[in-house]
Amino acid sequence: MRAGRVIFYWLGAMAVWLLLTWTVHWQSLVVGALVTLIAALAFGQQLPVMPLRLFNPRRWFWLLVYIPVFAWQCFKANLDVAMRVLSPGLQLRPGIVRMKTSLKTDIARTFLANSITLTPGTMTVEIKEDVLYIHWIDVQSEDPEKAARIIKGPFEKLLARIFD
Amino acid sequence: MTEPLGWVFIIAGVIFNVLGCLGLVRFPDLYNRMQAATKSVTLGTCGILFGIFLQTGFSALGIKALVAVLFVVINLPVASHALSRGSLINGVKLWKKTIKDEFTEDRGGASIIDTEDPE
Amino acid sequence: MTILLTVLVLGAFFCLYRALRGPSVSDRVIAVDIVAVIFSSITALMGLQYRLAYLLDISIALAVISFVATLALSKYLEGRSLDD
Repeated sequence: MRAGRVIFYWLGAMAVWLLLTWTVHWQSLVVGALVTLIAALAFGQQLPVMPLRLFNPRRWFWLLVYIPVFAWQCFKANLDVAMRVLSPGLQLRPGIVRMKTSLKTDIARTFLANSITLTPGTMTVEIKEDVLYIHWIDVQSEDPEKAARIIKGPFEKLLARIFD
Repeated sequence: MTEPLGWVFIIAGVIFNVLGCLGLVRFPDLYNRMQAATKSVTLGTCGILFGIFLQTGFSALGIKALVAVLFVVINLPVASHALSRGSLINGVKLWKKTIKDEFTEDRGGASIIDTEDPE
Repeated sequence: MTILLTVLVLGAFFCLYRALRGPSVSDRVIAVDIVAVIFSSITALMGLQYRLAYLLDISIALAVISFVATLALSKYLEGRSLDD
């Protein structure tokens, strides 16, 4: 699997290089191929995704569903922050709560943590195996399961369909 | 058609950015500040860059703006996550009205919730 | 356009206040990080104004460098070495 990861990394890095330079001049292509090859040899082993997983169209479909849901939640989070910043008194009940996730792979957990950070009022502080610690700006419920349901929102199911 | 829409995205992005900075000044402790700043500045910067993409279309400028959106969305939450964990372990105080802190409980350390107002 | 840039610089000054005042090191770190990201968006807006694509490169590099700096400083706060 080693060579597969390196080649996959090389192709991905080459795609980013092509997007960044946005030319197909041969000098730019040669330099890009060399630089991305070096980067792939150095860091390809640490790539977390198994390459074959990516060729499943159903995962791409759920990724397309995930992006607008994520953008909408992000927008709501910003309106929430704006309300809190502009209101005269500070009505905050912050706290750090513990939450379990059922996601298996590391990359899915990373995406869940990022999504939680960008949704209203919550921020991931630490991930240990399958336990997430979350700083909540306005603790609405002390009951762990109800809290987990509020915090996760629609993300966990979507991410399970994409990555697991 | 896309050009006025691009302006809408850019102006909304600028407003969110400034609100995030205002939150950085107003909120009482590090963790609340970090929440406000991370969320608003991420969406604000993404809005500005996406507005640039809408205005210029598929040129070198627009494509670079799209790649920059990807970088910002991945980087800022990860940075705030790492920094908040570092400062929790380092013992930066939580605000005095904080309800509970299960992270420090599980680590078995002394409580780091502030007892009085520093201001 | 000038108004937008002025407003953004004003926001950066708010962050600068927090960086000067901030009671703990982490406050200063996050404030400087936010200043860097805001300057990256200012650079991107200038790239749109003058239609210069390479200013977007500068903007990306600024965001990534501030990210790496924040990660290194948070490792330092945790009291670990930079290797793990």
